[in-house]
Amino acid sequence: MGFIQTKDEGGVLVVRVEGQLIVGNRSELKELVHAALAAGERKFLLDFARTGYIDSSGLGALVSLGKKVREEGGEMRLAGLNEDLRSLFELTKLDTLFSIAETPQQALAGF
Amino acid sequence: MTLPLRLCVRRAPLLDGPAPATRVAVRLPSDVGCIEEAVRLVTHHCLAGAQASPHVRFRLQVVLAEALANAIIRGNQEDNGKSVFVTAELHHDVIRIAVTDEGRGFDPAMIPDAIGPDRLDDSCGRGLFLIRRLVDAVQFNEQGNSICMTLRRQ
Repeated sequence: MGFIQTKDEGGVLVVRVEGQLIVGNRSELKELVHAALAAGERKFLLDFARTGYIDSSGLGALVSLGKKVREEGGEMRLAGLNEDLRSLFELTKLDTLFSIAETPQQALAGF
Repeated sequence: MTLPLRLCVRRAPLLDGPAPATRVAVRLPSDVGCIEEAVRLVTHHCLAGAQASPHVRFRLQVVLAEALANAIIRGNQEDNGKSVFVTAELHHDVIRIAVTDEGRGFDPAMIPDAIGPDRLDDSCGRGLFLIRRLVDAVQFNEQGNSICMTLRRQ
């Protein structure tokens, strides 16, 4: 469980969410993104291809990070959600709040 | 040094029902760091040896994580002196899970709609909403400190 960050050739910071995104580790993700923003990063892609499940605290962390990134003039996209994970975003209507791509490659291509 | 977490699961036949069933019980401390392991253990016991769709596994994991977080943070206020109790009744067609804390309880009717247009941008308040959408039935005890969630296995 953890967050693996890599930098794409196009300057996008890709954060892979390994395992769960829940109340116990959401602060770690928030700190990572806040630190990257402070370091000048503005393009973020969160990759959920290796994520098990997300709870409401994890969804809430994504909402507040998305807001923070927008306020700083950046953009945060999501990708790699399987059918179950995507259903969480649809149920909560958060699919209308985020740019969600099928795969990380598709998300990166449009950045 | 932090000691590794050990959660003890009690598994026993349920003898007072109309059909054979199993009861699984776990007690955990009021520590959000325990949630992932508790979800893993309870899900494992709930689905062991039985047919269940991957969607049921996912829904079980999410609602358990939600109910445990609510019990630890809102119910027990992360008080180390209080515990959270999980009891799962495993029937051939349904799983019934109760999560109980030692807090004062709350009135679930007072929880507002989590997906109203004016609340979409809020960073909290979706837990109970998700539980209601992901399980087949939800009940609370009168005090409001115990939630019982029923999921069909298929």
